[in-house]
Amino acid sequence: MRRRLIGLAVLALLAAACTAGGGSSGPVQTVDPNANHAPVTLTVWSDFSARELGVVTDGLKLATKKYPWLTVKHVGSKDDQAIQRAINGGTPPDVAISFTPDNAARYCATGAWQDLNPYLQSSKVDKNQVWPAGVFSYTSFEGKQCALPMLTDAYGLYYNTDLFKAKGISSPPKTMSELTDMAKKLTEYNPDGSIKVAGFVPLFGFYGSTTVDTMSHAFGAKWYDDQLKPTLSTDPNWAKMFQWQKSMVDAIGYAKLQKFAAKLGGANSEFSAQNGFETGKIAMMLDGEWRNAFIEGDKSKVNYATAPFPVDDAQSDLYGSQQIGGTIAGIPKGVKHSAESWLLLQFMTTDDNYLTTIAHGLKNVPSTVTSLKDPQLQADPKFKTFLDVFANPKSTFKPITPIGQTDTDLLGTFGEKWQAGQVKDLQAGLKSIDQQISKQLQLG
Amino acid sequence: MATVVERPTTASEQAAQAERRRRRRRSAWRRQWVALAFMSPWIIGFSAFYVYPMISSLYFSFTRYDILSQPKWVGFNNYRFMFTSDPLFWVAVRNTLWIIAVMVPLQVIFAIFTASVLTRVRRGLPFYRTVFFLPTMVPLVAAALGFIYLLNPAGPINRILGFLHLPQPLWFVDPSWTKPGLVLIALWGIGQTMIIFLAALLDVPRQLYEAADIEGANPWQKFRHVTLPMISPVIFFSVLIGMIQGFQYFTQAFVISKAGDRTHEVGYPQDSLLFYTSRLYQQGFEGFHMGYAAALSWVLFLVIMVFTVILIRSSRRWVHYQGGFR
Repeated sequence: MRRRLIGLAVLALLAAACTAGGGSSGPVQTVDPNANHAPVTLTVWSDFSARELGVVTDGLKLATKKYPWLTVKHVGSKDDQAIQRAINGGTPPDVAISFTPDNAARYCATGAWQDLNPYLQSSKVDKNQVWPAGVFSYTSFEGKQCALPMLTDAYGLYYNTDLFKAKGISSPPKTMSELTDMAKKLTEYNPDGSIKVAGFVPLFGFYGSTTVDTMSHAFGAKWYDDQLKPTLSTDPNWAKMFQWQKSMVDAIGYAKLQKFAAKLGGANSEFSAQNGFETGKIAMMLDGEWRNAFIEGDKSKVNYATAPFPVDDAQSDLYGSQQIGGTIAGIPKGVKHSAESWLLLQFMTTDDNYLTTIAHGLKNVPSTVTSLKDPQLQADPKFKTFLDVFANPKSTFKPITPIGQTDTDLLGTFGEKWQAGQVKDLQAGLKSIDQQISKQLQLG
Repeated sequence: MATVVERPTTASEQAAQAERRRRRRRSAWRRQWVALAFMSPWIIGFSAFYVYPMISSLYFSFTRYDILSQPKWVGFNNYRFMFTSDPLFWVAVRNTLWIIAVMVPLQVIFAIFTASVLTRVRRGLPFYRTVFFLPTMVPLVAAALGFIYLLNPAGPINRILGFLHLPQPLWFVDPSWTKPGLVLIALWGIGQTMIIFLAALLDVPRQLYEAADIEGANPWQKFRHVTLPMISPVIFFSVLIGMIQGFQYFTQAFVISKAGDRTHEVGYPQDSLLFYTSRLYQQGFEGFHMGYAAALSWVLFLVIMVFTVILIRSSRRWVHYQGGFR
């Protein structure tokens, strides 16, 4: 009897384990924004904290102003894992905000975040008119639009105008050859041979923006083919990018660059007043639009300007574009007020007043075509560069896949080994990464 | 010769006996239920938070599972993938074995050395004991962040090394120096082990040293043949706990890899800080391969079990228990 009971209990536990997850889909309902509505409180989860949490919470008050029956409760410090646990536990927030667009494919593929296409159609929102084309590279997967952008990041070149002037350089580089030449010209050495001022630090893993993603964009390198098969070893632009990067590293010296980066404070100095560009020790740097706010906030005295990041000499049509991608928002499966959640999400991702308000507060790029034209943001030429990069039709995020950040992690580590001279055969190395990514994709 | 003649029982006596048996059984059941009622908080907790997750994770290890959708049975695929198709699995295994082989013995040696020094302190022992124990109170994340500052290439330790005209390693930036950096953190936080060794050292009978003195033993011989055998149970305990913690090493390496730059991959730089549990985390929470992560955790569980059994078996040869008790 006892054995039978234990057996039943084990079976029950296994059955419970087997039924984890799941969900359903059906026709969507939307709320008439002009009609009267009973009071509703919706919860929004995000990973914002401290000052930024306040900016977004204040911004969300505009939703209540527009829809007086709607109360929004904004909860910060909720990362993707917390959101996934809540979805799995059946108590998701009404609207979820994520800082990790790499995860959007997983949300789309599993249905963890609802497909918004039916909502968009029902509310007659023409997504191709509302957002620049690049946003769909990190908000949709296999035809499912399970997220929408709420502000974004765009990358470009920051350059020190004083150092440029001192070396007689009048304009920023537009091609990688120009970047190489200028970097060499701008690099200064101490009497002991160590770097005093770096023209450009090409090391992967130094600051967060100099990554295989951003650098590959400058060479038009493609991650996957149409069948989601990795193309690192078959697209020659990858080898071209890695060879250019290594030649830059070797021209100065890997050890010297490592020591220089380390003396700046390494990665820890990136978001501090010790940042190499802000202290005038780096002449050119690839970075996101947020650096403008940090330069101001850190009271840096650096005189600088911004421009699109240079591109491969043979692909000048890429100039003006770079990697883009940032905060995404969606409706988790299992929400109780899906129609109201959609109204709030629509507000958060399409209302220009809301987007420009929080864009001013967070110093990020607003994400709709119309909000990009905000006169206050357009008036600052240093910030305008990033608005233009975002609006450029060739600007994209790297392709998203169900394995999240695994592909960038694998290639990132490969890049670190490559620049350190530990990879003897580049092509074989890229082929090995292709195989590893394929196996990870097969693992599901 | 006496003979016993069984008296035939009457029906009423049989009924009374049956009633007594029933009462005894009922009373035994009641006692069992009362005991179960008192134990129920533990039983519920143990079943919900230990048995259920273990059985679930074992089941998930044979599935393709991403938390968000239904698990799909894949048999031994995850286990096969681990040993034949995941090169980073072996990198993680190598790094983990390095930490166990280098860090654990150094921790034990340093703890014995520190405790030995403290046994010779004549004044202010409580103060020194507190000073050495204090790092144990610091949370692991805070300790790791503190050492990131201390071992920053431009930080205070390297400035002192520079002042002394000694080489200044790049510590957590240079893959060949990352694990030695972790060893330094471990040695700094030796307090708990040191306190146990201090108690063990103070517990060694004085007369054994006196006998060794009479035999003309030198300090090393006294340490080798008296102290070490007498504290061997504590050494065994420290090695066992250290080994298990070494297999599960995660927090400090994760914080150091990710600190300062969230775009750094787990194990940065160049996978030098990719430990077994880091790989498990990476697969489970970044790659959404929860089934594979469950398989990794079961292999880890089994490996720890095997190593623990080996260590316990080997202890019979080198651990000396006073009074011969084991």
